[in-house]
Amino acid sequence: MRLTLGPLQYFWPRRQVLDFYAESLDWPLDVVYLGETVCSKRRELNLRDWVGLAEQQTKAGREVVLSSLALIEAESELGALRRLAGLGNVRIEANDISAVQVCRRHGVPFVGGPSLNVYNLETLRLLQDDGLYRLVLNVEMGCELVAELRQAAAAAGCDLPELELIAWGRLPLSYSARCFTARALDLAKDQCGFRCIEYPDGLPLSTREGRHFLTINGVQMQGAENCDLLPEWTELAAAGIGLLRLYPQQHGTAQAVRRFDAVRGGAAVPPREPGCTAGYWSGLPGMQPPP
Amino acid sequence: MLLVCPAGNLPGLIAAVDAGADAVYLGFRDQTNARAFAGLNFGDADLRAGVAYAQARGRKVYVALNTYPGPSRIAQWQGAVDRAAEFGADAIIAADAGLLAYAARTHPRLDRHLSVQGSATTQAALSWYHEHFGISRAVLPRVLSVQQVERICEQSPVPLEVFAFGSLCIMVEGRCQLSSYVTGQSPNRHGVCSPASFVRWEDHADGSRTVRLNSVLLDVYASGEAAGYPTVCKGRFVVGGETFHALEEPTSLNTLSLLPRLRSAGVAALKIEGRQRSSAYIRTVTRVWREAIDRLRQDADRWRELPEWNAALSAHAEGHQTTLGPYHRSWH
Repeated sequence: MRLTLGPLQYFWPRRQVLDFYAESLDWPLDVVYLGETVCSKRRELNLRDWVGLAEQQTKAGREVVLSSLALIEAESELGALRRLAGLGNVRIEANDISAVQVCRRHGVPFVGGPSLNVYNLETLRLLQDDGLYRLVLNVEMGCELVAELRQAAAAAGCDLPELELIAWGRLPLSYSARCFTARALDLAKDQCGFRCIEYPDGLPLSTREGRHFLTINGVQMQGAENCDLLPEWTELAAAGIGLLRLYPQQHGTAQAVRRFDAVRGGAAVPPREPGCTAGYWSGLPGMQPPP
Repeated sequence: MLLVCPAGNLPGLIAAVDAGADAVYLGFRDQTNARAFAGLNFGDADLRAGVAYAQARGRKVYVALNTYPGPSRIAQWQGAVDRAAEFGADAIIAADAGLLAYAARTHPRLDRHLSVQGSATTQAALSWYHEHFGISRAVLPRVLSVQQVERICEQSPVPLEVFAFGSLCIMVEGRCQLSSYVTGQSPNRHGVCSPASFVRWEDHADGSRTVRLNSVLLDVYASGEAAGYPTVCKGRFVVGGETFHALEEPTSLNTLSLLPRLRSAGVAALKIEGRQRSSAYIRTVTRVWREAIDRLRQDADRWRELPEWNAALSAHAEGHQTTLGPYHRSWH
């Protein structure tokens, strides 16, 4: 299985982003997703910076994919995406149907991101006709739905595209037009002061009993814990998952990539990292600890 | 501007039609729609009677098939499209691209509306659905400001429907896995948010109440304090040492004050949320909006929102509070 580095979901200072990706050049990765997926107001890096990072990663032998916003609301956001598509020779992760339409119009091959709602073969084939060459499974898609998808494809006599699964990092759960970081700081979104930059690993949200429950990341909500599907490695390979996505987190990303790569190289499958969930893979609710 | 009202059952449909709805929307008794609640929705006999009642009075019936079937269930969802066509519904409201494709191919004369669950917030997204499936209307997610609604109305390839009143999702519809994260059941796949079987209310000796969703504490209500819907987004949580409604207060959307602006923007239809609500809710809310729209049509210059309209709407709002929600920029 190939290892991918998902798009950075948090707002980090420019220097930290550049250092992170420079460091990642040494990691055993096959695909790197770059770009801002959560909030268009986050502009520590401009398009030229991202393109520069893309060139570095390409030189290091990685497939580079530029990720779109998960929620596209403004014409300016669409315009930015059209400029990306117009660069030529790029691949885009479409995280919104708007992005699918832009890719289709420009003839750009695209990855269907996890916030596109692809739950069945009929939808998937339509997107393949539009240029989808890989699907990152929606967080809810566990082993059962993947098996069903495979059976449906076999019955229809068609090939599935490459399937990528979120295997490490915090799960992206929902998106809003409201910024929850700004709300927590009692700021209006339009005058947010870009304060989410103060929370490079998100802002923890707990229940009134003190249970860490969710993570606030601007307009996005994530789970509290990282998911770690390395213990399921053999099962994932058998299910036909072609790529495993690791999301950049403030801590532990390099070690996580190396742990996954070690198993890929033949090392014994280790136990789950302490405190991590198994996401939705086995069919349980995403937050539940695995049995 | 058409007034599109909810119907959770036949009495609800009759109430909506009698109170002046131009169209009612409803669902079948299964997970093909996003209000898959026990005791709600339409069986064959009710559907037949409901379609006859509405159409005899020149009103329309839309069938909501707005959940996302997994690979093994798509045949059931396709069967639901066939059923909607067979019973003479005027349109289906769907979100899943595969299902829209089936409907366009199999029942080209049955109108297809893009559901709010389809999350189309731009002209590009609307064009994608229009070019692929020939949708004749789209319902916009409740995330856009009124300025954004105005802009998208100018550019949209299809007439647009917006939410006018009712319970408010704080997340982009179709892009929320909070219920699923806690319970394994999601609006997208199972047609339910915070399914009742996972909700546990507990009354305590001091008069307080707690509500849990699959063991996660959503909130604690003091004695006499009004409780919101037991969904993750309406709970009170602790962030940075403060306890508050970190995502959204229990409140309902009410866009009555924006009515002239929505009409000028060219919005084709206004949607009232609440198939899970009582016939009394449907009757009152429909009557208020019918009157407001009719008065606007008769005399736009002298139109004012009447206090009694808002009083009637607030009485039926969640937590008796209403908000302009996303339409008003400061809400974001």
